[in-house]
Amino acid sequence: MSTDSKFGDYGGQYVPEALMPAIEELTDAYERYVLNNEDGFMDEFRDRMRDFGGRPMPLQRADQLSARYDTEVYLKREDLLHGGAHKLNNALGQVLLAKYMGKERIIAETGAGQHGTATAMAAAHLDIPCEIYMGETDIARQRPNVFRMRTNGAEVNPVTTGRGTLKEAISETMRDWSRTVENTHYVIGSIVGPHPFPSMVRDFHSVISEEARQQIQEKTGDLPDSVLACAGGGSNTMGMFHHFIDDESVDLYAVEAGGSSLSVDEETGVAPNSASLSTGNEGVLHGARTKILQDSDGQIMESHSVSAGLDYAGVGPELAYLVDEGRVEPVNVDDDSALEAFHRLSQDEGIIPALETAHAFGYLERVAGPATEGRAAESRDEHHDRLGDSVVINVSGRGDKDLETVIEETGNRDLDNAPDMSIFREIGGGML
Amino acid sequence: MSLEAAFADEPAFVPYIAAGDPSYEASLEYVEALARGGADAIELGLPFSEPIAEGTTIQEAIVRALEGGMTPQRYLEFVSEVDADVPLVCMTYYNLIYQYGESDGPRSFVEAAAEAGIEGFVVPDLPAEEAGPLRNACDEFGLDLVFIVAPTTEGERLETMKAQVSGYVYVQARLGTTGARDDVSDHTERSLARIADWDVPKAVGFGIKTGEHAERIVRAGADGIIVGSALVDIVAEGHENGDSTATVADRLEEKARELKQGALAGAAVEQ
Repeated sequence: MSTDSKFGDYGGQYVPEALMPAIEELTDAYERYVLNNEDGFMDEFRDRMRDFGGRPMPLQRADQLSARYDTEVYLKREDLLHGGAHKLNNALGQVLLAKYMGKERIIAETGAGQHGTATAMAAAHLDIPCEIYMGETDIARQRPNVFRMRTNGAEVNPVTTGRGTLKEAISETMRDWSRTVENTHYVIGSIVGPHPFPSMVRDFHSVISEEARQQIQEKTGDLPDSVLACAGGGSNTMGMFHHFIDDESVDLYAVEAGGSSLSVDEETGVAPNSASLSTGNEGVLHGARTKILQDSDGQIMESHSVSAGLDYAGVGPELAYLVDEGRVEPVNVDDDSALEAFHRLSQDEGIIPALETAHAFGYLERVAGPATEGRAAESRDEHHDRLGDSVVINVSGRGDKDLETVIEETGNRDLDNAPDMSIFREIGGGML
Repeated sequence: MSLEAAFADEPAFVPYIAAGDPSYEASLEYVEALARGGADAIELGLPFSEPIAEGTTIQEAIVRALEGGMTPQRYLEFVSEVDADVPLVCMTYYNLIYQYGESDGPRSFVEAAAEAGIEGFVVPDLPAEEAGPLRNACDEFGLDLVFIVAPTTEGERLETMKAQVSGYVYVQARLGTTGARDDVSDHTERSLARIADWDVPKAVGFGIKTGEHAERIVRAGADGIIVGSALVDIVAEGHENGDSTATVADRLEEKARELKQGALAGAAVEQ
């Protein structure tokens, strides 16, 4: 194993022995095809991302938000990528790589269903059989994505262990892989897991910041002062940050899910949040050393977020490293603020964001928004000190998949900016 | 008794059971029943919340043990309390070893485990490349570190393990996570051939569930057999049916005897 499998002390390859040869084979393929463009792999990847995916995605000035926050706000529109989220960048990259490696079967885990959907699409597009593991809790709260995966021809295997969310789905997919490594590729959905996954997944997503960095300079003649992205496992985050890492003048904010509380219930083993960068500590989970939500014994906590895609007890090792280095600032936004931000972006900009994405906008509101009952407004100088005069936010996905959750969660809360949803209750039926 | 000594005179039978499955008290009796049935060493699972190397059977055992309140601290108490004259090997995942005690790193847990009476470790998610700190701690406290060789392990990786392994080597007979299967893979002979020059006993596991399987594995050249799922199945079934601890313990003892006899028969044919 080469030393570049690590980010500082984070990363590595903590996997069962049966998987090591597959990991080594994948590392070799990553270096040849992705890093060195052997057989024109990266050319084919970029061609397909253009023709099938619809790249490049626009960078759009958000007029209403710019006025509200008295700061230039630009939106990187990954929600317009085929499938409705940034996830296709990685899914298509890995499924194509599996074909180049001669694999005959694709497996993947999914949380919110976005990665599973993207993988099912990519597998259909490239004509290779595909099975998706998904926690039963997530299946219940992300039904539209389950239908999309099935429609694309993928098998969806419910995972019933634990609380039935992303971490159980990852464990189950790793189990499948350890039985089937010889003909199967595991398309992991974030910058997590053993090397080379964190680096490889980041590379497939880095097209986001490659485009955005050029687009913002074309529009404003300058780099942005801040870049914001939501962070669960961290794939859209690292995709959005990668080409800005060396631009020291650009502040990078990873917005985690604060859930209902940042405190932890040791008794029940539940962390009612998914803020592993803000509150987790070092440990080994799913093949990598990284920051994780764990109890004092080292058992992994059940995480929580209103957004299924952020609901994970770990985070990519590279992000953990960049936070320790002080390059990335981890911040968090709770469920209520994320829901408010969901409605605000929908109403003010005509963009219905994924609940994951809404967290990033929730942070913008907290820093630069008007005063609320519990919080005084920061002065213009204060928030300009923090965010600067121009901000790029990654709109990592669209929110169609979340509508059922949003209607239900909005109904449970007293949100200032929520539309009247009572019509759904009157109609009844499938939505509630 | 050291781990290697457990393999010295005859083919060894090494059962696996999860400590605390389904309760502390019951599993204590199960461990002792396995010893009575002829176990030469016991792999005693310390349950971790994300057991990525286990199949469904052992994963469910781990869930039962966690729900029954098993923790690393209680595990050490459990080990001290076991009344059986067989070496105990701690099988767990690296995060629990790493997090134990005040300072990060494996040393605190290895020290506490040695004091409680553990003789060695098997850590399925710790590859030999990352095992340096644990190997050093094991050396410091006189414990063994067992590695798992998979059918797919080759070349340099074999050398890295050979340099660090002690006690015995766990030979995974076929690909996949743990779980009882009806067939005994013909990978066994090839797997054993690749490590023929290692100077530790070779114990073969994954998929052995009858005395006849045990016999064939030993005849293929194994120094011992490791059996987990077939025994955990007995615990699970007893738990589901509400059978008494004593009844389940008797079944385990009987199964242990069958497996040990099978292993002995495999050696007898060879001579």
